[in-house]
Amino acid sequence: MNAPVTETLEADVLVIGGGTGGPMAAIRAKEANPHLRVVLLEKANVKRSGAISMGMDGLNNAVIPGYATPEQYVKEITIANDGIVQQKPLLAYANGSYDMIRYLDKLDVKFEKDGAGDYAVRKVHHMGTYVLPMPQGHHVKKVLYRQLRRLRIGVVNRYMATRLLTTRDGRIGGAIGVNTRTSEFLVIRAKTVVLTCGAAGRLGLPASGYLFGTYENAANCGDGHAMAYHAGAALANLECYQINPLIKDYNGPSCAYVTGPFGGYTANNKGNRFIECDYWSGQMMLEFWRELESGNGPVFLNMTHLAPETIGEIETILHSNERPSRGRFHARRGTDYRQRMVEMHISEIGFCAGHSASGVWVDERAQTTVPGLYAAGDMASVPHNYMLGAFVNGAIAGEEAARFCAEVDLPEADGAAVAAEQDRVLAPTRRGDGLTPFEVEYKTRRLVNDYLAPPKITAKMRIAQERFAEIRDDLGALVARDPHELMRALEVQSILDCADMAAAASLFRTESRWGFYHYRIDYPETDNDDWFCHTLLSRDADGRMRHRKHAVDPYVVPVDATEMTAYQKLRIVPAEAAE
Amino acid sequence: MPLAAHAASVPVVVDDAKCIAAKGCTVCVDVCPLDVLAIDLVRGSAFMKYDECWYCMPCEVDCPTGAVTVNIPYLLR
Ligand SMILES: Cc1cc2nc3c(=O)[nH]c(=O)nc-3n(C[C@H](O)[C@H](O)[C@H](O)COP(=O)(O)OP(=O)(O)OC[C@H]3O[C@@H](n4cnc5c(N)ncnc54)[C@H](O)[C@@H]3O)c2cc1C
Ligand code: SF4
Ligand code: SF4
Repeated sequence: MNAPVTETLEADVLVIGGGTGGPMAAIRAKEANPHLRVVLLEKANVKRSGAISMGMDGLNNAVIPGYATPEQYVKEITIANDGIVQQKPLLAYANGSYDMIRYLDKLDVKFEKDGAGDYAVRKVHHMGTYVLPMPQGHHVKKVLYRQLRRLRIGVVNRYMATRLLTTRDGRIGGAIGVNTRTSEFLVIRAKTVVLTCGAAGRLGLPASGYLFGTYENAANCGDGHAMAYHAGAALANLECYQINPLIKDYNGPSCAYVTGPFGGYTANNKGNRFIECDYWSGQMMLEFWRELESGNGPVFLNMTHLAPETIGEIETILHSNERPSRGRFHARRGTDYRQRMVEMHISEIGFCAGHSASGVWVDERAQTTVPGLYAAGDMASVPHNYMLGAFVNGAIAGEEAARFCAEVDLPEADGAAVAAEQDRVLAPTRRGDGLTPFEVEYKTRRLVNDYLAPPKITAKMRIAQERFAEIRDDLGALVARDPHELMRALEVQSILDCADMAAAASLFRTESRWGFYHYRIDYPETDNDDWFCHTLLSRDADGRMRHRKHAVDPYVVPVDATEMTAYQKLRIVPAEAAE
Repeated sequence: MPLAAHAASVPVVVDDAKCIAAKGCTVCVDVCPLDVLAIDLVRGSAFMKYDECWYCMPCEVDCPTGAVTVNIPYLLR
């Protein structure tokens, strides 16, 4: 490839990642101040990028008056997350939830309503009622795109951000991106940056062995986590992995949130229920894993008992929204919900606050520990925030960034940092032979499965660190023959950063917590005396990983000790299980 | 290390008879989140260039002529 062509852009608010939270951050920043230059940078194409590429089956965590209060929601998630939450951001989300639903409704996103025109909310969680179906949820991206166009927000597609720029005094200064089709460089000077790059979803290797057969949209490989880390931001509780119960091999949701309210349930090979609640939590996953490992495995989703019309309704949702190829997958194997239970399995590990609780540390204003840098959605630390959380917290991030712009000047780009990054990025294009991104990624992710997936064992995680260090040396041999391979070569570097962070964070917390997510064989008990705290991981001045404990802020919504154990009693005792 | 050519079956199939890439259409290539489709300029139609598919289906749903079929990748089937 030829010498790098470099374009430059200036922005007041630069949003990186145009999936779910990103477009909303850009929209709200522009609505807050129409004079701002708002740029939305996306690795793929905003029209169809991110977790909601094809739409969504429903809101998993809607806080709607009449069904739930913000305080109830905060309590539920505090309990589901073993008490380790910052309640203020959770409450900020819960308070913004209903307004966001009405805003989306006004933009023409369709939610299920009853005959009286009220939202038809369903119960899936252990305690409260928060699930709002979207049987016509396939048009969410179209609605967002229309609003981006209306507000004339600058959209830059097919540029992958590779590093953030910071100023000498530690404030955000912009970002560097590379075109995934031409390898052209883009240097964006920006007063503020909002990171919305989604989950680190290409960390573990799916059981199928197919690198892109992930639960998450496979474009989300942890670039956001890696960029935040290299910019000096703190990341929280990375040992609290994301692990989901999914359709075996297909690796997508089955989905209990859709089928549960209709009467579908998770069952063992005898067709019996073994958990009381299908809401995804670490405790639920622990019971799921135990059942898989026992003589009662595999685990299934059972709908065989439902009426044909009900199943028809479920099929319409599951086979047209969100992951529409589900229907094709089942058809090929002859799985008809009416006759056969759907075989389920456990997903690869990842980082995703949307479903679990780890990510770039943010407060209730979506601020990271780097001034001017905000984060939202699956990559930020607000637990269980799902799609609506990405919207609400994205909106908060956009509005806060818009406000911060008024206080600062546009920073100069650090020429030395830009030059160093160009060297790093282009290195794989300067080699004629070496290691392909595919094989380096495969090996890294295979080792993640072998050594990092729970149950976590100290000796294994240390071996992982040795192997990852060897792979880090191998990065110097990466070869990319075209711009597409260069994107993959850069992605594998983010994946390796995340793998190292997963190992280091898991070793730091010497207890077990969050059910299966951080189940350590050498430290099987939960140790509230020493570990009732967040863990923060960041990069020190010498480029090494540094850990610290961070106290859980006093709760704004009190939870009493008797309620705290609700999610630890999910297993159904055998006498009841025989239904 | 020298590189080997590695063959793999691809899950996405384009019907050349229906594809209107020769008339300038690039919709499927534009929307793919993994950027794995491309236009074959000689044949004048789209094809799957890289076996890196999330079987998500925007390519099939957004194609104006119904030329695209997304199959489940073989390893998962
Ligand atoms: C299969 C599936 C089903 C789900 N079902 C539901 C449901 O029914 N209900 C619900 O409430 N939630 C559901 N969720 C969760 C919800 O979709 C997510 O929590 C939410 O959409 C995350 O939004 P986000 O903005 O953080 O990430 P995303 O929407 O994934 O966006 C991240 C974006 O960043 C881009 N990007 C990544 N790296 C870079 C880079 N280096 N440079 C530039 N751009 C980059 C990606 O291309 C992507 O567009 C589901 C998730 C999945 C994966
Ligand atoms: S969208 Fe359809 S018609 Fe257009 S290039 Fe792709 S396959 Fe051909
Ligand atoms: S199914 Fe998705 S990932 Fe595969 S080619 Fe089509 S748009 Fe791309």
